[in-house]
Amino acid sequence: MAALDAQSAELEVREGVDRETIETVNAMAGKYKYGWETEIETEYAPKGLSEDIVRLISEKNGEPQWMLDWRLAAYERWLKMEEPRWAMLNYPEIDYQDQYYYAKPKSMDVKPKSLDEVDPKLLATYAKLGIPLKEQALLAGVEAPEGERRVAVDAVFDSVSVGTTFKAELAKAGVIFCSISEAVREHPELVQKYLGSVVPQSDNFFATLNSAVFSDGSFVYIPPGTKCPMELSTYFRINAENTGQFERTLIIADKGAYVSYLEGCTAPKRDTNQLHAAVVEIVILEDAEVKYSTVQNWYPGDENGKGGIYNFVTKRADCRGDRAKVMWTQVETGSAITWKYPSCILRGNDSQGEFYSIAIANNAQQADTGTKMIHLGKRTKSRIVSKGISAGRAQNTYRGLVSMHPKATDSRNYTQCDSLLIGDKCGAHTVPYIEVKNNSSRVEHEATTSKVDDDQLFYCRSRGMDEEEAVALVVNGFCREVLQALPMEFAMEAQSLVAISLEGSVG
Amino acid sequence: MLNINNLHVKLEEEDKVILKGVNLNIGPGEVHAIMGPNGSGKSTLSYVLSGRDGYEVTDGSASLEGAELLEMEPEERAAAGLFLAFQYPVEIPGVGNMTFLRTALNAQRKARGEEELSAGDFLKLVREKAKTLKIDADMLKRPVNVGFSGGEKKRNEILQMAVLEPKMCILDETDSGLDVDAMKLVSDGVNALRDGKRSFLVITHYQRLLDHIKPDVVHIMAAGRIIKTGGPELALEVENNGYADLLAEVQ
Repeated sequence: MAALDAQSAELEVREGVDRETIETVNAMAGKYKYGWETEIETEYAPKGLSEDIVRLISEKNGEPQWMLDWRLAAYERWLKMEEPRWAMLNYPEIDYQDQYYYAKPKSMDVKPKSLDEVDPKLLATYAKLGIPLKEQALLAGVEAPEGERRVAVDAVFDSVSVGTTFKAELAKAGVIFCSISEAVREHPELVQKYLGSVVPQSDNFFATLNSAVFSDGSFVYIPPGTKCPMELSTYFRINAENTGQFERTLIIADKGAYVSYLEGCTAPKRDTNQLHAAVVEIVILEDAEVKYSTVQNWYPGDENGKGGIYNFVTKRADCRGDRAKVMWTQVETGSAITWKYPSCILRGNDSQGEFYSIAIANNAQQADTGTKMIHLGKRTKSRIVSKGISAGRAQNTYRGLVSMHPKATDSRNYTQCDSLLIGDKCGAHTVPYIEVKNNSSRVEHEATTSKVDDDQLFYCRSRGMDEEEAVALVVNGFCREVLQALPMEFAMEAQSLVAISLEGSVG
Repeated sequence: MLNINNLHVKLEEEDKVILKGVNLNIGPGEVHAIMGPNGSGKSTLSYVLSGRDGYEVTDGSASLEGAELLEMEPEERAAAGLFLAFQYPVEIPGVGNMTFLRTALNAQRKARGEEELSAGDFLKLVREKAKTLKIDADMLKRPVNVGFSGGEKKRNEILQMAVLEPKMCILDETDSGLDVDAMKLVSDGVNALRDGKRSFLVITHYQRLLDHIKPDVVHIMAAGRIIKTGGPELALEVENNGYADLLAEVQ
């Protein structure tokens, strides 16, 4: 009898624990701040993917023949390709015919000439997201007050760019910053020269799909010897239901140029999964430098893994000139599935690539992310700092390639991969690939896996912090090196995002 | 200030009873010391009071200014004015000492419905407190306790105490691992916080700390109970004769 009592008492406790976990997770699922939807009349292309759809997208963008031909070639190729399944990701088969490939707000039918003409509903959407789409009126010669750094924004809503700020001011410096559809029309010589030169059409299944159906995205050209006068950013918002977003970004830093570029993304909460397959190409010529920072916060799905974005992204930078430099910084907190490996091709002699990453997976999220450092030039250097945090039932994989080609003599790589586990139902995996084909190069790889320590949490709590504050503090400490690599605007956002993403992960 | 009544505690994981009816009353402004041999339950008492996991209270109660302590979360106890200076302060890599302190202070202020301190005001406050403890700016910038020497860690605990301004301070073997100079520095820091209202419970093996921090009352703890209570002379007696006589006396 006593034994029975003890047993039922234990069951009750267990149930109590489970209830508590579910409650905290529920509370947390409500914490995704950007899950609302903009009610706006949307024009869709017919569902599914066909040659007609590719032609329609091209026509909607008013593209020249060469662009259409390029898309059609990609589409032909894609039909013969198979979706890659080598990543440590588990998801049901994607029905590529069961979604829309083009969606645009009706009010964007006639392209607004200036931001003042943009549909107030769209402007309100970005205001609510905290993205400044207004250029503060500044008198000529008047410096922006300290601490109020200006950022030019290209805002992409579903399949179209809504507007780009500070274009005129950037043009004065010779910088071209516009949507890619506009660049195809206005700067065909640059687009033809560089599009697909870093990520070829044939690169991979998702990049090929993107090449066929990409609708919009950003285009940046920094002329020789120019330091871009302000930070550039693109903000991607998926709003329409059952619609994929396929944006394409092309950044060219000419000889001796410099630019820092930021990318942010969010989407409404929905029960169905949505596909996001983007391509980012960066061309960096001699002595030029590009910093590319991402805060990826697509809707991650609910606590049971229902809904959320499937994020299949190809990002690559080509250090084409000697002494070219690129730095990728990413904070990946969203998406149900993340498949993303921002890479560096270190072609120029003495070129440098850096990759700083924080990937957080909570609840049922799965992330398979990392980088590729391809050393082709002499004395090339790369550095990888990856911080993976897993909580709930999430799986988080770092997958990275460091390759030293025979000609890449005297090159160096340093890799540091740290994983942090919160709770006992999640997983962290590190899959490094290292290929060295010369004997004068050096490759270092360090990896650690640790758990959030109860002693640390108790120490924090005994000083007055609640449990979630304590976890956020410890985790922020864990990824400090990467947070420090972020531009100021993003560092603050990322820090609070880390806390929000992990709310309810302990208890 | 602190009232402990018939406190019984066992380990959660195993059937080991550690505290077997502890009674202790500390009035406002009083400094009490608990001495006792290893394994007598001194550190357990400090952990149970501050709310660490792993212990089960089977009987008795503890209250801070009349508020039931044992029902509160650790952070609520902190906001209510309880502070534990750890015997082994914990390292938190990547988190700056200043960030840690500011987060803690503002969390407590928020819990008490007070306004959070601005970065500027906080900086001023910490600098002033750090100066009296001879803590240099470098130590404030470093990650919490990471790479700190034993003495630095203990000084850091006292700095936290000075900034958080608790009502009831528990010092768990603060003298362990300190050389004579560091002990003096730490003691000076503690003494500077004695203002006639703030109370202290000083847990130690050795009498030497009590030369610096003069207690009003000394308790001897053994096998989970307080077996004798007296004035500062009791500490000297232990120092000279050890615990054996006292233990024999009780038995």
